[in-house]
Amino acid sequence: MQATNQDNFHHSRESLEKKASEDIQEKIVAAILFCCALISIVTTFGIVFIIFQVTFEFFQEVSLADFFLDTKWTPLFAERHFGVLPLINGTLLTTAIAMSVAIPLGLCSAIYLSEYAPPKVAAILRPAVELLAGIPTVVYGYFALLFVTPLLRNFLPLEIFNALSAGLMMGVMITPTVGSISLDAIKAVPRSLREGAYALGITKLESIFKVVLPAALSGISASIILGISRAVGETMTVVIAAGQQPKITVNLMESVETLTAYMAQISGGDSPRGSLNFKTLYAVGAVLFVLTLSLNIISYWISNRFKEKYD
Amino acid sequence: MSTTYRPNNPLDREREFTDNVESRESLGKAFEIIFLLGLLVGLFVLALLIFDISKDGLVRFFSPGFLTETPSRFPDQGGIRPAIIGSILLGITVILTAVPIGVGAALYLEEYAPKTWWTTIIEINISNLAGVPSIVYGLLGLGVFNYLLGFGPTLISGALTLSLLSLPVIIVTAREAIRSVPDSLRNASYGLGVTKWQTISSHVLPYAVPGILTGVIISVSRAIGDAASLIVVGAVSFLTFNPGLFQRFMALPIQIFSYITRPEPGFANAAAATIITLILLILALNGIAIYVRQRFSID
Repeated sequence: MQATNQDNFHHSRESLEKKASEDIQEKIVAAILFCCALISIVTTFGIVFIIFQVTFEFFQEVSLADFFLDTKWTPLFAERHFGVLPLINGTLLTTAIAMSVAIPLGLCSAIYLSEYAPPKVAAILRPAVELLAGIPTVVYGYFALLFVTPLLRNFLPLEIFNALSAGLMMGVMITPTVGSISLDAIKAVPRSLREGAYALGITKLESIFKVVLPAALSGISASIILGISRAVGETMTVVIAAGQQPKITVNLMESVETLTAYMAQISGGDSPRGSLNFKTLYAVGAVLFVLTLSLNIISYWISNRFKEKYD
Repeated sequence: MSTTYRPNNPLDREREFTDNVESRESLGKAFEIIFLLGLLVGLFVLALLIFDISKDGLVRFFSPGFLTETPSRFPDQGGIRPAIIGSILLGITVILTAVPIGVGAALYLEEYAPKTWWTTIIEINISNLAGVPSIVYGLLGLGVFNYLLGFGPTLISGALTLSLLSLPVIIVTAREAIRSVPDSLRNASYGLGVTKWQTISSHVLPYAVPGILTGVIISVSRAIGDAASLIVVGAVSFLTFNPGLFQRFMALPIQIFSYITRPEPGFANAAAATIITLILLILALNGIAIYVRQRFSID
């Protein structure tokens, strides 16, 4: 063993020496690429560290109980209240409206594209629907405020800024998110399952509702949770169309303020760094981050947990 | 063959099973139409949106000086030149920083990374970062680039924030593109005695370019259209000069936002005209990328 190694070394000494420099080059490249991957970890730590450092300072001035239990959010008024519940209420309200649009539309698109549309038609329609996700969100805000709201005001006593218009447009925007992940989940249901169902004399519609959708349920729920996370984090549509009235209400026709809308509002103003107003930006950001992160983790977990069921 | 049967359950015995195929099939047809309508709603809204914005904005878009002048206090005067230049500079910086880093990270994860716990952590982490709201990236940018590195509310702060925002999408799509390169290609290259990096740079990467570009288009378009993170970093809505890397800056989405939030009547049309500009810019970017993709694609 020792001898052969020695032999090989003598025979190919020149090429080995050449390799040595290539080895170093290879290692440098590998190290650089590793650093690129590491940036994602650094980013995460950066987000967590920066947000929670200022949030910690915030909670030295405002108690946790005030923040989570007070029902008024008036950090900019003379009489200050720091109850985040109205902002969470606004966020949940617009998100609920958005999801009541995005879930049915997304699922209809996914079912039609996978079960009914001929492949050539699907190849055109799928990217067309996904265009909706590529439109800048500020454009949806414009459309919600200047087209949808005036239109709906013909039938409903809406305030100019209202949760309904913003939620509806957010729903349209999120439809491709729900649709394309559901579509992948539905496509992953093996043919044999459908064929087995047909063999039992079931119709196509029955196979969809009784076989395909239940089998794709994990992927579909993951897509819905991811859609909720998108809606919770969406900023421009709500800041433009839903207004800046933090309050606890379930009335979709009123103006509300979401977590993100408050953050955009306070950033636009001139809150000096280190002031309490500045710190509310981070405290609200921390709530938003924890909320969306948990939703993303749940979605990731659901889709991974049930992924290999049919493999 | 008969389609009736007698159930064993004594409670059901009275009722005879009929298959009812016609009504079940027509219910199926009805639902097929419902599914199709559900799909078309989105496209209908898209068409309405394009129509509404063209109706409101085209006149202003073609008015003299709209693309070439600096903003004005009056809705029907002035233009959006600083915002256009700001957006283009932001886009270029994102491409120059996020694309190499993103592709590098993807290469590491696909070609080099051992399957250990910490590469799994990096992977989970990247998919989570893709779901962090853009306004939270704004907070990161404000903390790191504005204050820690001392750039202040300048274009470079905004651009680097957008780069971080774009990274996860670039990494995820680049990984898929690299994964789809057949192993036979790598093995053939290794068979000729070539090193790993030489194999990657001369065989794997060129083969993966079309797929990587798709991710780059998606993420850079999103970055150019993003306003939330730039608001937090401190983009302004009024400049009378062309922004440079280390100056205060405007961007098209911020300009749109500021036009929409002004109450005077004419600003809505200016907002629509700016939206047309932004969408044309994104389409141009897509066009370039599709052209490059077709030139480089290996069949």
